[in-house]
Amino acid sequence: MQASVKNTRDEDLIKVEDLSKYFSIGGGLFTKPLQLKALQDISFTVKRGETLGIVGESGCGKSTLGRCILQLLTPERGRVLWMGQDIAALPAEEMRKHRKDLQIIFQDPLASLNPRMTVGEIIADPLRSLMPQLKAKERRDRVIRTMEAVGLLPEMINRYPHEFSGGQAQRIGIARALITEPKLIVCDEPVSALDVSIQAQILNLLADLKDQFGLTLIFISHNLSVVRHVSDRIMVLYLGRIVELAEGDDLYDDPKHPYTRALLTAVPVPDPKRARQRTIDGLVGEIPSPINQPSGCTFRTRCRYALPICAQQRPPLESTGTRMVACHRWQELELQSGA
Amino acid sequence: MAPVLSVSDLSVRFHLHESTVTAVNGLSFTLDAGETLAVVGESGSGKSQAFMSLMGLLAKNGTATGEAMLGDVNLLALGNSALNQYRGRDIAMIFQDPMTSLNPALRIKQQLAEVLVRHKGQDQRTAERNALEMLERVGIPEPAKRAEAYPHQMSGGMRQRVMIAMALLCQPRILIADEPTTALDVTVQAQMLDLFKNLTNDFGTALVLITHDLGVVAGIADRMMVMYGGRCVEKGPTDNLFYDPRHPYTLGLLHSTPHVAKRAQRLDPIQGLPPSLEHLPQGCAFHPRCAFRFERCFVERPPLLPVEDVREKACWYQGELSYEEVA
Repeated sequence: MQASVKNTRDEDLIKVEDLSKYFSIGGGLFTKPLQLKALQDISFTVKRGETLGIVGESGCGKSTLGRCILQLLTPERGRVLWMGQDIAALPAEEMRKHRKDLQIIFQDPLASLNPRMTVGEIIADPLRSLMPQLKAKERRDRVIRTMEAVGLLPEMINRYPHEFSGGQAQRIGIARALITEPKLIVCDEPVSALDVSIQAQILNLLADLKDQFGLTLIFISHNLSVVRHVSDRIMVLYLGRIVELAEGDDLYDDPKHPYTRALLTAVPVPDPKRARQRTIDGLVGEIPSPINQPSGCTFRTRCRYALPICAQQRPPLESTGTRMVACHRWQELELQSGA
Repeated sequence: MAPVLSVSDLSVRFHLHESTVTAVNGLSFTLDAGETLAVVGESGSGKSQAFMSLMGLLAKNGTATGEAMLGDVNLLALGNSALNQYRGRDIAMIFQDPMTSLNPALRIKQQLAEVLVRHKGQDQRTAERNALEMLERVGIPEPAKRAEAYPHQMSGGMRQRVMIAMALLCQPRILIADEPTTALDVTVQAQMLDLFKNLTNDFGTALVLITHDLGVVAGIADRMMVMYGGRCVEKGPTDNLFYDPRHPYTLGLLHSTPHVAKRAQRLDPIQGLPPSLEHLPQGCAFHPRCAFRFERCFVERPPLLPVEDVREKACWYQGELSYEEVA
């Protein structure tokens, strides 16, 4: 895939600036709706060709972030710059031209495919709206090329989704994302619903496609082992805020935020002797409600290192070299690798 | 000591319109008090159906044959009402999705107390007091307050704790947990696995953990049983199977599992798809996906035979299992 010439100097494919997204919950004639702060003050960049992993527990805002990047949700504040351009500010017609560069793969492969369309129609669907200039023959050729790229047999083109297993259905979902030759694909829990052996096949496929087409990936998952396996850099979200963002190895070998360390120690490792030896940094309780968030550092209610200051002031997201971390005590704490 | 459960030659069949599907085929195993047995396999391997049949929970078109001895009672020979004497009291089961397993219209304490009223003949007041104690035991904060709640007012982790509390009320000899932590976040999963460990130690409950997650197995199981296409393909102590797998499918599963501490460049997945139970391959069911197959595997099904003292496998291949060998 050719990189457009004018942008090769610009390393950042995506720059997210101070993004916040709120949802209104409930509310009626006489009651004010509650405000759910799904994302707050999110800033980061994604470099061309890298895989950025986003991890966190359910309700931390990781899927919302993916959808905000794709402009499927409109943020309350902040902007998403796509190769230096704020695409949300573009007129609809201009924005459509960029749409084909941004695609998404969903978690539940069968639920995300229209049961009444054939595989060929499903995969070709994005072309109808995003590249309407293509003729039927060109469209079909593209579908077949893409099916081959993701390991589907071209003769399956007229079959319906229910005839496929979960792993094959996810290949169809990947083909649909690839068909417009995007630059960025947001993978939202793409392997969570799959069997272990199939999960490994799809992870390898994504890695191959990334090399072959020069893709940039944002990989959202609650499974830290999977994220570690695919990502160059990893962002850890907690209650809608970035608590840590670092290179994969740095994050796993030397976590700076107590939440990152707790997550890492909680991941089950497929190694019985190691599993018996290691101490799990048991987090007490569960993630608080995003509607009624704790004051100061939102993690303090589950943090064993919390001090009075953590309840009073929210720790800023500090940058140190390639790492960002939001904790009052990150410099003094000696956290060991959990894995 | 005699095992608490001894299953031999268990088969589960489902009758469809024009055919019969065998979901579990000739499964035999024993379960000792206080031990944790992990049952590992992919979807369609029969791992859940095998245990649903013990609980009398098969779908209407399913039948189970063989023997499942709980003490001197064959669970498979019992009708529904006879089974009710044992279900919940001696052998309990919890499921992946705690929301659909709880009654949405009843308060937590009512659902829990019902178990004790029914099985132990306790009066409502005593039953509710015991229910509260158990809620506390499984780590629910403010149990008195939580007991008044309805299931939808609780988080997934809390609901799963309620399910576990319910299953443990009668202190069953056997607890079957079918993917109990799959729907939970990692931090909650860790708490839950810890809870299971304490329960098997404190109560001597035998735990059957049905899962596809080898990470979970490594942390908790004493022994494991790997299933493929309705049959057990390898069985033995957890350490032996992890560090020295003898069946190519076990090896394949281990190589398919990403490890949080290692950033391997590529995983070595098992090629192809799990088989459809309606069209199981001839010979060894795994042979179409196996890197070590040879002529015999296509025609003759390998029986489950002992290797060394403590383990068994069903595979014709006798050489060393390593991907370098076949490459």
